Amino acid sequence: MPTLTIDGKPVEVPPGTNLIEAARRVGIEVPHYCYHPALSIAGACRLCMVDIEKTPRPTIACNTLAADGMVVQTRTERVLETRRSVMEWHLINHPLDCPVCDQAGECWLQIYYMQHGLYEPRMIDDKVHKPKAVPLGRYVMLDAERCILCSRCVRFCDEVTKTGELGIFNRGDHSEIGVFPGSTLDNPYSGNVIDICPVGALTDRDFRFRVRVWYLERVKSICPGCARGCNIEVHTNTRRLHQSRGRRIARLKPRFNAGVNRWWMCDEGRYGFHPLDAPSRLQVPEVREPGARRVVAWPEMVATLAARLREASPGAVGVLLSPQMANEDLWMARRLFGEALGLSRHLDFRVPPPAPGFQDDFLIRADKNPNTRGAELIGGEPAGAADGAHVITAAAAGRLRVLWVFGHDLLASGWPPGEVRAALDRVGCLVFQGANANQTSERAHLVLPSAAYVERDGTFTNFEGRVQRFWPAVPPPGEARADWDILAEVARALDHDWRPARAEHVFRELAAAVPAFAGLDYRTLRDQGARVAEPTEAARS
Amino acid sequence: MAERVLMRNFERPDSHTLAGYQATGGYQALRKAIGLGADAITAEVKQANLRGLGGAGFPTGTKWGFIPQKRTAPVYLVVNADEGEPGTFKDRYLLERDPHALIEGMLIAAYAIECETSFVYIRGEYVRPWRIFAEAVREAEGAGLLGRNILGSGFDHRIIVHRGAGAYICGEETGLISSLEGQKGWPKVKPPFPAVRGAFGAPTIVNNVETLCCLPPIIARGGQWFAALGTKSQGGTRMYSVSGHVARPGVYEASVSITLRDLIYREAGGIRGGRPLKAVVPGGSSAAILKADEIDVSMDVDGLKSAGTMAGSAGVIVMDETTCIPEALWVVARFYAHESCGQCTPCRECTGWIYKIAGRILAGKGVPQDPDTIVDVAKRGIGTTICAFYDGAIGPYISYVEKFRGEFDYHIRHGACDVHPGRAGRVPASAGAH
Repeated sequence: MPTLTIDGKPVEVPPGTNLIEAARRVGIEVPHYCYHPALSIAGACRLCMVDIEKTPRPTIACNTLAADGMVVQTRTERVLETRRSVMEWHLINHPLDCPVCDQAGECWLQIYYMQHGLYEPRMIDDKVHKPKAVPLGRYVMLDAERCILCSRCVRFCDEVTKTGELGIFNRGDHSEIGVFPGSTLDNPYSGNVIDICPVGALTDRDFRFRVRVWYLERVKSICPGCARGCNIEVHTNTRRLHQSRGRRIARLKPRFNAGVNRWWMCDEGRYGFHPLDAPSRLQVPEVREPGARRVVAWPEMVATLAARLREASPGAVGVLLSPQMANEDLWMARRLFGEALGLSRHLDFRVPPPAPGFQDDFLIRADKNPNTRGAELIGGEPAGAADGAHVITAAAAGRLRVLWVFGHDLLASGWPPGEVRAALDRVGCLVFQGANANQTSERAHLVLPSAAYVERDGTFTNFEGRVQRFWPAVPPPGEARADWDILAEVARALDHDWRPARAEHVFRELAAAVPAFAGLDYRTLRDQGARVAEPTEAARS
Repeated sequence: MAERVLMRNFERPDSHTLAGYQATGGYQALRKAIGLGADAITAEVKQANLRGLGGAGFPTGTKWGFIPQKRTAPVYLVVNADEGEPGTFKDRYLLERDPHALIEGMLIAAYAIECETSFVYIRGEYVRPWRIFAEAVREAEGAGLLGRNILGSGFDHRIIVHRGAGAYICGEETGLISSLEGQKGWPKVKPPFPAVRGAFGAPTIVNNVETLCCLPPIIARGGQWFAALGTKSQGGTRMYSVSGHVARPGVYEASVSITLRDLIYREAGGIRGGRPLKAVVPGGSSAAILKADEIDVSMDVDGLKSAGTMAGSAGVIVMDETTCIPEALWVVARFYAHESCGQCTPCRECTGWIYKIAGRILAGKGVPQDPDTIVDVAKRGIGTTICAFYDGAIGPYISYVEKFRGEFDYHIRHGACDVHPGRAGRVPASAGAH
């Protein structure tokens, strides 16, 4: 382990650590543009210069490995002067777009100019002009004039997605980023180039000009788009809805987690938040009778639902839970349906998708549910059946008086729609609980609005068994409530007096009852999650 | 004139053929080298004080020594025949008039560094040199001088001839390697250096054409003999490309100890029309300019370094009194702005910036601080880049301005040229575009 000193501070680092990372360990930020820990070393921006004892000139920190006994200075007069010069060079051809550039507020040209530039401008000649607002693909817009040619985006497409759509064309100060002829930037991870662009050259076509970044709030979360459970940040804007056409969720950004998604997320996940603010959101409990929809208050809805459940024998109640639900919801469902109502037969969470999901060898999983593993661990389906079709079969046979569907659109599933429709028509009371309306909710007699994952807290268990927390970023719309909360309310109406006040309490119960979750709590999960216990042979049998 | 070592065969009409080369003892040095063995070859080259003649002047034998002893990949020899430095045109003569000397030199080097495959990267514009050299390779292959078991020694070697597509930066050794690998011709960050990790990830030695052409004579006649031709720290002769305002432009071979004055006045016939000399660039366009009273300097690497310039590629560009130095700077600045690869910031941005400033001065729109800005920007950029391109470009930027400051100030103050008053306020035809 090399031990060196940086600005007088001793630091010991693993072999192979470069000086930017070594400095970071002792809280020293070496400014840089082209360096990114996930990408190869380009050494092109020339900003990360430091002084190393016994070297004649400042050296780039990104391409210098920490060596034993090295003495590094990051703030000598010579280093500060070099940084100032490099900033001047970066900016001589940069357009003065700040007032209209959508990177405003998170542009490292601005930040580093203020920290390390602050020189008197000397450039009085015309700047080089390059293409502006060029769509590179479905999600990414290029402004070539603002690009500082750090090549992070090019390296991302070469090294991470290995799709190679981007290149740097031309030479000298006429160099510009672009897609190769006949190509577009449409790989499944294209949005990441926006995240790693340190300036305003690559912007998000879905987000640009919607809201200024300083109006955004940031909350940690987990992407619910597939079983990977990428760690994300939800950027919300509730103060200036008029600017973002009513959209509360402005954008999603990946959040670093070494064990899950590193720095990245896929486009499907990144842009999958639109239903959260869509007009299809369910906002109020509704009782629907032929020809009429009646908005009811929660107490009435809960009472009505409890009455329907009481009237039916346990064998006449069917439940289709969802692997989109959080661990807390599934635990509360298990208590309600198993413990309180004694259901055992017509209960499942597995509804096949209409077509197999896309999967790759990077992040994207075929299973588009964030919590299939959690649902399996917490239980909810009888052994033996391939999926929840047995519930539909029971409904089709007229054996169900109540069918409670959580989130699924059964009519858009892998089951034949005709058969599903016929089955639903035979159910006396179809209950739909979910965040967004769909064809199934349209046929429901009772509709219960659920809070989405950004509107509540909870945990998902990803396909590798990592339990990960998400936090509320915005309030639920209307009267929507978390699924576990609704379920607990119904249980109370059925005279079971357990009503936890917080998701955390539900999780504590879960961890105490389900061996896989033993020892976990919200404090230990923190923001990077923790693995469930591997099931022992005894537990499996 | 000193003994011709490199140009010894140039007068023969068949010098480019195998028969012509062999008639003058060609490939005897290779036979001798194989007999000596790898270590003895390297020792001989070190004793010869041979320094790289492509521009950097690094000791050749020492460079070979950087190849790791323990290695899993093959070693490659890459011949830099890109010759793109303005004012330099010696390698083309070697490729055209003595291609087998290069092949023999390559084989000797390859034997010394235990290399079975070499690449010759020829400048794209060099069509005729390429044709002649490629034909020489075919001849050598036909004669069993390339291929398997060369001269019955068990030594195998093949040469792959690769043509560039016309980018100056592809003459920079790591830019050349990138281009050879099929990548954009961008220099690579160092470390790792090519001797450790070069072409296709393998240890690679990049040598210039002229450097390798020195090897057959060194082996044939001994390192000591070669060293004695030159100065204390640099052996041999070299080929000087003399261009510009001299009576007889061309390539001249002389000892590295010859003075610049003798090269111009004795070899190249002095200044055309007997005009006064104004300035000389001694080592290709990237060498700092010397004034007329600074030419009593020896042309070896150390001699020119002590004069504040460099031997570089030995491209001697002579300017007489009719030369407008701001215009000369604009021309050379256009070249560097056009040829900067654009990869790293200082070079990409500053070459373009200085070209714009030079164009503005020439167009009569200079401002008083322009000369200082050029020098300051140039000096700040020294050593801040991935490769030596920008350090080369600043040679003219700084020296033209510092040594001929008066001419720049005159252009700025009067919006006109003091050398060519008729060209007052002239806007260069292609100002702004490059």
